[in-house]
Amino acid sequence: MATDLINLDRLIAKAEERKHLPAPELAFQHLDTLWLQVTGTLCNLACLHCFISCGPKNESHPFMSKEQVFQALEDGARYGVKEVYFTGGEPFMHPDIKDLITKTLEIAPLSILTNGILIDDAMAAWLGETFRNSRYTFDMRVSLDGTTAEENDAIRGRHTFEQILQGIDKLWANGLNPVITVTTCHAELGAAEGRSKFIELLKDRGITQPRLKFLSPFKIGREERRDSGYQNYERLVEGDLIEGEEDDLQCSSCRMVTAKGVYPCPILIEVEEARMGDSLADGMTPIKLDHPACYTCHVEGVTCRT
Amino acid sequence: MSNVTTYVVFGGVYNNHISLAALLDAATEHGAEEIYCLGDIGGFGPSPDKVFPHLRDTANLHVMQGNYDHSIGNRLEDCACGYTDPRDNHFAQISYDYTFENTSEPNKDWLRELPTEFRHTWAGKRVLMSHGSPRRTNEFLWESMCPDGFLKYLLDESEADLLFVTHTGIPWVRTLEDGRQVVNVGVIGRPPNDGQTTVDYVVVRVGDDTIEILPQKLEYDFEALAAEMRDEGLPEEFVETVLTGWWTTCLEILPGRERSVGPY
Repeated sequence: MATDLINLDRLIAKAEERKHLPAPELAFQHLDTLWLQVTGTLCNLACLHCFISCGPKNESHPFMSKEQVFQALEDGARYGVKEVYFTGGEPFMHPDIKDLITKTLEIAPLSILTNGILIDDAMAAWLGETFRNSRYTFDMRVSLDGTTAEENDAIRGRHTFEQILQGIDKLWANGLNPVITVTTCHAELGAAEGRSKFIELLKDRGITQPRLKFLSPFKIGREERRDSGYQNYERLVEGDLIEGEEDDLQCSSCRMVTAKGVYPCPILIEVEEARMGDSLADGMTPIKLDHPACYTCHVEGVTCRT
Repeated sequence: MSNVTTYVVFGGVYNNHISLAALLDAATEHGAEEIYCLGDIGGFGPSPDKVFPHLRDTANLHVMQGNYDHSIGNRLEDCACGYTDPRDNHFAQISYDYTFENTSEPNKDWLRELPTEFRHTWAGKRVLMSHGSPRRTNEFLWESMCPDGFLKYLLDESEADLLFVTHTGIPWVRTLEDGRQVVNVGVIGRPPNDGQTTVDYVVVRVGDDTIEILPQKLEYDFEALAAEMRDEGLPEEFVETVLTGWWTTCLEILPGRERSVGPY
């Protein structure tokens, strides 16, 4: 039975039969989650699995100005936003990061996706204090792609394993327990044994409440070159969504704002056709699930939220 | 105030028949005219069928269907609690399988037919009671994850001035700038991860033009519950929570703020 479910030939044949159908349309329910690409595609690392090819030289999405971030927050608050995420690139490269964090936490809970490397002792202390004093919860998501230097550094770059762990240690020491985020480029990392290894690694470092999130890779950007891109059958058409899936797909309740405009989700910001307009108001409309990356969210049940 | 009516609102029984009996006694002492249970009857505790005589035979008690009750009533495979981490789901499934196996067919049928919200007008205010949130039965409304603007949105959409919910297990009360209120009544089935053995409910006193929300702590014989849980072979992790007041399972769903309070 299980073999039948993943019979590739059958999948391909079924996709071929249905390829004339249009992509499913997904209604926009409410702005629960506002993503802000605060540092665009600029990052201190150039991870091999990055779906938007971020790196020190990729300026396709520049830093958002403080004014752009505040405007998006104001718009989000008007729509009754439930939570805000900062991502990049590496958000701690932003010169105004403290102002951005302070302003956001006046409005909503905040999660920051970071590699943790730029968080020094002073920043960690400030973040811990901010966590304790803010009205809404404040989470850090630190990306780590293996439980050994060999595993992690093969994806995230030489010597990053130890630097990331040092960032995690600093946050924990200051009372801010980060969510360790693992992209399952090696499928076994997300399986039970892989999860246990991460829990052991964190417990060995004195983190008594290990928090983990596992994410499937998206086969676009640099990841497309590292592994492989999407196959022709990996497309969604009308009728593919299962009952209730609309609620679970993050793009029914999130939008991403970058310095260049508004997009349906954090994954598709390099896809020019996905751009919905200049401001958040332009993004309050239905979308077509016509990109192969949508297939990953459908099949894997991915949500970028914590 | 000339006319004051008292109501009791609670949720999350979690098979805890001992705290439920204590709650009903407390409601009588408060002089509650009506009592509202916001659902999640099963899970966690021992001997599921023991709560049903209380729930079904108390004349002024109104019971709503939570996600747990929907799953048990409709004979589904899991509780649909909304957990995302395998560590949470592991213990949730132990709890669900035990509850499912030990809930009688007539009680399952009764759960299946429960209403999913209550609406009233109290002191001229539109009152709504939901399980998780007005828009989704298993939505978690944690205090640290609910911006004022988001709560306004929920109240606007559901056309309410006063909203009562449960589902998370941790109580809180928020009064918005415009005077509207959201109340998470907590649960009576297990302590709210605060290191105490008491559980939570809310007394509401409604006058001609006033509504007073009075959060309450309920004491019950938690040691008797723990003994019964052990007799039933329930996980020692669950028993520890009853005895210490700290959550040991289903922790990964907690926001950072709420998680940081406890030791696990």
